[in-house]
Parts: sequence; C-alpha cells; structure tokens
Amino acid sequence: MSASPRAHPWMALSAPGQIDAMLAQIGAASVAEVFEQIPADHFRKTPLVLPPALDSEIALKRHLTQTLRRNQDCERNLSFLGAGCWQHHVPAVVDEIVGRTEFATNVWGSYQSDHGRNQAWFEYQSGLGALLNFDTVQLPVYSWGCATGHAIRMAARMTGRRVVLVPAFSDPERLSVIRTYCQPPEMDRHIAVVTVAADRRTGGLDMADLAAKLGPDVAAVYFETPGYLGHIETHGADIARLARAAGAETIVGVDPLSLGILAAPGDWGADIVTGPTQPLGVHMNCGGGVGGFIASRDDERYVREYNGFLVSIGQTNRPGEHGFGLASSHQNSYGMREEGKDWTGNSTYLWAIAGAVYMSLLGPEGFRELGHLIVSRARHAARLIGAVPGLSVPWGDTVFKEFVVNFDRSGKTVAQVNDALRARGIFGGKDISDEGLGLGQAALYCVTEIHEAADIRRLVDALTEIVA
Amino acid sequence: MTLPQYHAARWDEPVIFAMGRPGARGQLFPDLEPGIEPAVIPPALARHDRPALPEVTEFEVQRHFLHLSQMTLGMMGVSLFGTCTMKYNSKTAEYATLRPELAEVHPCQHPDTLQGVLQIIHDFDHILRALSGMDQFIFQAGGGADAAYTMTAVARAYWADRGELGTRTEMVTSVQSHPCNPATAAAAGFDVVNLPLEANGYPSLDALRAAVGPKTALVMLNNPDDMGIYNPEIREWVAVAKAAGALAFYDHANFNGVMGKICARELGFDACMFMLHKTFGAPKAGGGPAVGAYGCTDALAPYLPAPLVVHDGQKYTLDHNRPKSCGKVREFWGNVPQMVKAYAWARAMGAEGINMASDISVVANNYMDMRLGQIDGLAISNPSVTARRMEMTRWSLEPLFAETGIGSNDFANRMADYGIDPWWMSHHPWIVPEPFTPEAGELWSKEDIDLWIDVVARIVREARETPDLVRTAPHNQAVAQVHAADFEDPVLWAMTWRAYLRKHRPDAARRTA
Repeated sequence: MSASPRAHPWMALSAPGQIDAMLAQIGAASVAEVFEQIPADHFRKTPLVLPPALDSEIALKRHLTQTLRRNQDCERNLSFLGAGCWQHHVPAVVDEIVGRTEFATNVWGSYQSDHGRNQAWFEYQSGLGALLNFDTVQLPVYSWGCATGHAIRMAARMTGRRVVLVPAFSDPERLSVIRTYCQPPEMDRHIAVVTVAADRRTGGLDMADLAAKLGPDVAAVYFETPGYLGHIETHGADIARLARAAGAETIVGVDPLSLGILAAPGDWGADIVTGPTQPLGVHMNCGGGVGGFIASRDDERYVREYNGFLVSIGQTNRPGEHGFGLASSHQNSYGMREEGKDWTGNSTYLWAIAGAVYMSLLGPEGFRELGHLIVSRARHAARLIGAVPGLSVPWGDTVFKEFVVNFDRSGKTVAQVNDALRARGIFGGKDISDEGLGLGQAALYCVTEIHEAADIRRLVDALTEIVA
Repeated sequence: MTLPQYHAARWDEPVIFAMGRPGARGQLFPDLEPGIEPAVIPPALARHDRPALPEVTEFEVQRHFLHLSQMTLGMMGVSLFGTCTMKYNSKTAEYATLRPELAEVHPCQHPDTLQGVLQIIHDFDHILRALSGMDQFIFQAGGGADAAYTMTAVARAYWADRGELGTRTEMVTSVQSHPCNPATAAAAGFDVVNLPLEANGYPSLDALRAAVGPKTALVMLNNPDDMGIYNPEIREWVAVAKAAGALAFYDHANFNGVMGKICARELGFDACMFMLHKTFGAPKAGGGPAVGAYGCTDALAPYLPAPLVVHDGQKYTLDHNRPKSCGKVREFWGNVPQMVKAYAWARAMGAEGINMASDISVVANNYMDMRLGQIDGLAISNPSVTARRMEMTRWSLEPLFAETGIGSNDFANRMADYGIDPWWMSHHPWIVPEPFTPEAGELWSKEDIDLWIDVVARIVREARETPDLVRTAPHNQAVAQVHAADFEDPVLWAMTWRAYLRKHRPDAARRTA
C-alpha cells in the first residue's frame, strides 16, 4: 500500500500505523499477502488513472455545485414538461424525513432493528390502499413502466395467455419498457404487445377496435386514466367489462394525484392498478425520482403473483403490539431464484417513505383540493392556448393535468417554438411530433398546482408572440 | 469485554391511520384565482367517497415520522452486513443533489440546459471505464438486479441481430451466484443452467465445458464469491464461454476487495456491472433508489438501452438514435442523484484512495476471520480452502446450533439488542448451514470491528448459558419479536391499514366505511 500523507476521512484504518498493526496481528508480512488467492497474471496491467482526487470537503463541494450550476432548472425557469416526470410541490417535511440518515442509510435494514422504517413502508402501502380502495399494495418497483411490465407478466401467468392490448396513444418511454418486459418475438415465452387504436374524436380508446382485438388469447388489457396525452378515459367501466367477459385481466395505470377527484379504478372494474410514485412527494431529480406502484384486491390469486416486497402488519410477543414483516416472501427471486416471480432487488424504497409522509400530510381533503386545483388550472391553460391563433388543443376539456398543443396551423415546428420559449425562460411542452402518434407538430404540456394563473398567462403571451 | 447498555427508542407509535381527528389538515392548497373556471368531473367518473387517509397536523406528521426514524437503527451502530459493503455516505454529495440545479431538473429539458449533469455522467462513465476496461457505461438500471436484467436484454438484442435468438436460449451460472442473475435471465426468457460447486468453492471447468455450447447465449459470473473465495480459473472460464460463442458477464457486486486490482476487460469479459449504491458510496436507502452501472465493450454498445451521453468536444448531448438498441429497461436515464453521489465518491477517493480501500477491506476481513476463528462454535465455510479470504467470508453457526439449538436467525434477533445491525446470513438456498456473512469494508475502525465480534462472542455464551434469552430476542428494541407465521397466512396478512381493519378489527372497519 502506498503511503498516504493523511488519513482519509471516510476510512478509519487509513490512519497511520493501523493497517500495519492489523497485518502484524494476522501474521501477514504485507498487504500483498492477503491477496494470495489472486493469480499473479490476474492483477490489472493497465495503470489505474483517474482524475486527481478532490481531497477536501471544500474542494468537493465547490466542484459539484459549480458543475451542477451549468444546468438550468425548473425553479428559475417556468416549465411545462411532464410525460412521466412531473413538477409538483414537495412539502418541506418530506425532504426532512427522507433525508434522515437512519432512512437514507447504506444498510438494507432488518425487521428487528429497523421497526420504524418498516412501519413507514406499511404506511406508504396503506396510503395508496386508501387512495385506490385496494387492500394489497406492494413496495414500489423501479418505475411506472416497470410496474406495468410486472403487472402484465402477472396477468400472463394467471391466465396462461400471451397477448396484451395497450393504447396506441402510449408514452414511448413506458411502452419501450413494457416491450422489454414482454420479451422479443423470437422467444418461446414472448407476450405479444398489440396496440388498440385511439378514438381521435375523444382521445380515449376506440371501443370497436378493442372489441375486435379482445380474443381468447388476450391476457390483459392495459390502459391509463388519465392517459399519456392527459385524457380522462370515459369508458373505463365498459373496457373492464369487455375484458372480463373475454377472460382477460384489466390493468389500469393511474396518476395517484387524480384520486382525490376521480373514482378509484378498482371501484369500476380494474383488477390490477399501476402508477407512478414520483408525484407523491419526490422531486423530478432529472428523471431519477421515478418509481412505480402495483396494487390489487387481497385475493390470493393475485397476491401470489407479486414480484417484490409486500410489507404486512403482524403481532409481536408483547400483547397488543404491532410489528411488521414481509408477507408471502418466498415467491420472490430471493426465495426461489429463477423459479420466483420475475425478479426483485434494490428498488425505490426511500420514495415509499416520501409517499407515506406526503399522503399523511395531504389527507383526504388535501387530495381533493389538489386534484381540483390541477384539473381546473390545466383546463384553463388548455382553453387559453387553444384560443391563440395558429394553435389548437384537441380534447382540452377532458384532461387532468397534461394536454396536447398542436402547432400545424402556425407554420412553426415545436422545436422552433420551444427554442423561442427557452430564450424567454420558459420550457415548453415535450415535443411529441416524432412519436408516431399522427398528431402533426404537437407538444405535450403539463400544468400542475405549482402553476399560478400569472404563469399560465405568461406562457400564453409568449406563445402568442412567438407564433404571430 | 464491556458492551454498550443499548436500548432503542420506543415510542409506542400508532400507525398514522389511527391518529388525528376529522377535519385536521397537514397541507393546504391555494384557492383558484378569479377568472379560472372550476373544472367539473362527470359524476360517473368522479370520486364520491373520501379516501380514508390520516387527518393530522403538519407537526404531527413531522413528529410521527421522526419517531419512526428514531426507531430505526439504520447502521448508526456497527453494521458489517456482508454482500452489501457498508460505507459512509457523504452528506456533501447528498446536499449537492438536493439543490434545485439537480432536484428540480427535468430529463426532457433541452440538452443545452443539462450541461452540468451530462458532464458529470460523461466523466463518471470514464472513471468506470478506467476501473473496468470497458468502452461504454450506462446507468438506466435501477439497481444491481436491474443491471443483470440489462445484460439479458442486451444479450437478446445481440443474438437477435445475428438471427440466433431462437437457438441461443440458455444462460449458464453457478448455484451460488446472486439470485438476480438466474432470476433476471429467466424473466428475460432464457433457460437457466446452474453449475454445482466443488470442494474448492466454485464449479469445475469440466462442468462449465459440459454446460456451454451452441445453445448458450451468455454466462453470468461473480468473483470473488460471497464465501470470500476468488476463482483462480476465471480467465479460463471466460475463454471456454467465448469459445462457445457465448457472452461473458461479470457481476461485479463484490468489487470492494478487488477495486484497482482487477480489470474485467483484461480477464476477457464482454460486460460488467457495478453497484453505485454499494461500492461507490451512494446510500442504498433501505432498498433504493439504487443504480446498477452497466458497462460493455464496443461490440455490445450498439445494443444498449438509449440514450447515451456523448460529448463532441464542446457540448454534451443525448444520443437517442440507436437503431439496434434492446429498448429501455426503465424510463429516462437512471437515478441521477445516485450517479452524482457515486461520482463524488470516486472523485473524493481518487485512484490511490480506491486502491487503499480495497487493501483495507481485505486486511480487515482477514483480521475478522482470525478473531472469529477463535470463538468456539463457529466454523468457516469451505474449510479446505486455507488461503486468506477476500473482503468477506461466509461463516457457519452449525457447531453451536448442533450444541444449543440457537441458529443464525436467533443471533440476528439478539444482535439488535446491542445496537448492532443484524448480520447478513446468506441468499437462498442456504448452501452453508446456519450461515452468516460479515464484511468489514473500509469504513469501520478496529474498535468497531472488535465490538461487533465481542457481541457475537457474547451471544455465543448466551446461547450456552441463557438460550431462551436469545430465542426470544429482541428485548431492547422498539418492538418485541414479530410473529413470523402471521406473514405466511392469507387469513392474517394485511398489507394495508384497510386490510388490517377488515381482517382484525371488523367493528372499526365498519365505522370508518
């Protein structure tokens, strides 16, 4: 070991003499001796060259903050980006709790020593259970797309069928993940992903196309409400009824922030519900805040198909006391390796705690107020933008928080408009012109509780000026 | 030996759904401004019930969750939790990621507004390339298991591109590889071939030769393993796999003992995986957000999930135009704050620090092995392997268990009573009976390691003198021993408060309905 002039603050045994003393105790003449298992010709030949160490906290902090300041962010700019990652208000108490080192720790924890963390996890599941009116909720998986991928695979195992129907108006990010989970067509256990056309008058599913494709080979119908393009599906109950009649599962993706004002999908026929956890108190984090939930009724047929961790409340040796543990855990890949239900591993469990705090802060009235505020402001913005000459907003009066703006009549591309907006400190909606949706030059705008009336006015004025 | 008189905080904290009062508020939202018309949801779509969420004040929420954090040990004692490499997680790095310049950034912003974060990802990619010899890293995978899944997805695209996906249907690994390797391969559609272990701790080359062939799509290997044994034939393994045309993936979960020593590419591997929430100092946070950094050679790079960060000498951009890509394994580019923290770790350690950390990890584990070997009742795994182990060692309580009936689960319960995080036992199946797997890493002091071993020695004594005390542990924790059987019984289990009320307190459930 090369002599370091100073001990490293993150390594206790880097203090002078420590390693030598330990080597003496174990009877080793040198550090090299403890690596005796590694054949000489396995050691790397290329010298390890890394950027010079930032060897003080001052230097490290300065480097990180100066580099990150080269970003522009959605606090100093006015952003209307959504599409799988949304700017919502994160209460300060959420940040405090998820920053607690006992939670933001390096350890996985155990039920013996980390009771409080386990209770927070249970409270996350319980909060989503209350919003969804479902009894079974799993700890979150990596993302909404991953949650839906697992849900489709659950349905395929339950039905023994190998087709899933998904909307033509799907988020390409999520759809790409779903296709990955369904395996390529060359493979024996491939699940065919078949798209159902959109009803272009409403933005919802084309019911005739759905009925035509809902054959005896269909394991599940998956759709979202609100959908990728923001539309609240009006035929949800009919879709679930048709799916049930065909022996297929109904999987519904839902924005949890809509559930203060929209009926829970399980109440109108959904069998499995998935959705994003990022809206529940997690910053956008450049897309690194995403997570996904899976929920269902407490029916053993479903429970036995979950891939991950199901935290359950239980009793302890002390009468009247609650403890927590993992229910039906043998079925996951930790219990059964390749025979388990898909796989699990580290996921996004810190965000489960964020969700627990967030849902506890809002309560039933908070979710009602929030949903009402979002939907009213979004539709207001859609109306004002739709009135700008050269712009149009299809289905703007049936959306939740996202809506499509079409720029075809303006003669400008979305890229041109977004460049001009950015010069004014505004991040326009996501450019969806090349996503194969057949919507022309179109952008997906997102309006939430953080957008005040004056922000919306500022956007509309800027758009008016740009497309004039 | 004097052990700490530890007792966990015990608040008798109710589940938050049992707290509060009707109408209490923890968060208010503004009224709609004049001029904004209130939206109307059609009655058929509207929610008519009130979600049964807590109604509590902001302070009550804060206090409740602070109580829960106080009833969480979270390695604030000593944790030598093997296979996971306990490290210090830099608060400097944590706080940098909380600033709006990262926390309030959207991945679909124009790349011109993302130059800082793209620079960090680009530079960190190059740090991992230097450590592994690979040509390209991506960070989309949300954990080590997801990186293994990424490997299977890349392998599918690679073989599909050659028209062989219909025939390359098998993945070969060892029975003691991490469960994520066989499980992700199976979920990706491959048939799994598990090789048995020989007395030396790893499968034989002959077994490998018999297993690989024209049906083999890939092999997934970890080395050193969780016993602390380094497979000296790993070069030959890779050569045998590649002679059969298969891809060779290095699950580098156990990188801590070989950081700066071993280069995956030099050993012949096509791809490898690093766990940033483990080896690179980002917090695992009880199970994510995590990152499995996946690196591969130029030959595999066309098949990677998009986008890739590229630099043209002036600007950083995102390359989404990857026609041979296997598709996405997760939305966006990965857990960006964790990448920044891992980058910060690598920059604060430098090459010299990283080398020193692997030195310390292996020396400290050998010190631990020496002291554990002096405790009567414990047995090292694979006793015929006499060479010094790597950064962790799997041990067994089998002799003590045969003598006293106290096993490694009982120990885990009792360790928590001393403020020591319960040890890691082993993944399933238990190849070593009554296993435990300590790993020192580079964080802990000799005093910490000695305390941990003293606690183990004390519980060994208790197993002989007061076995019921161990069997009924924990006693000094926030709650008593949990009834494990409750979690396997569909009649009893309850994953939500509403399920609990329905199953266990039907009167209360009716009242809140």
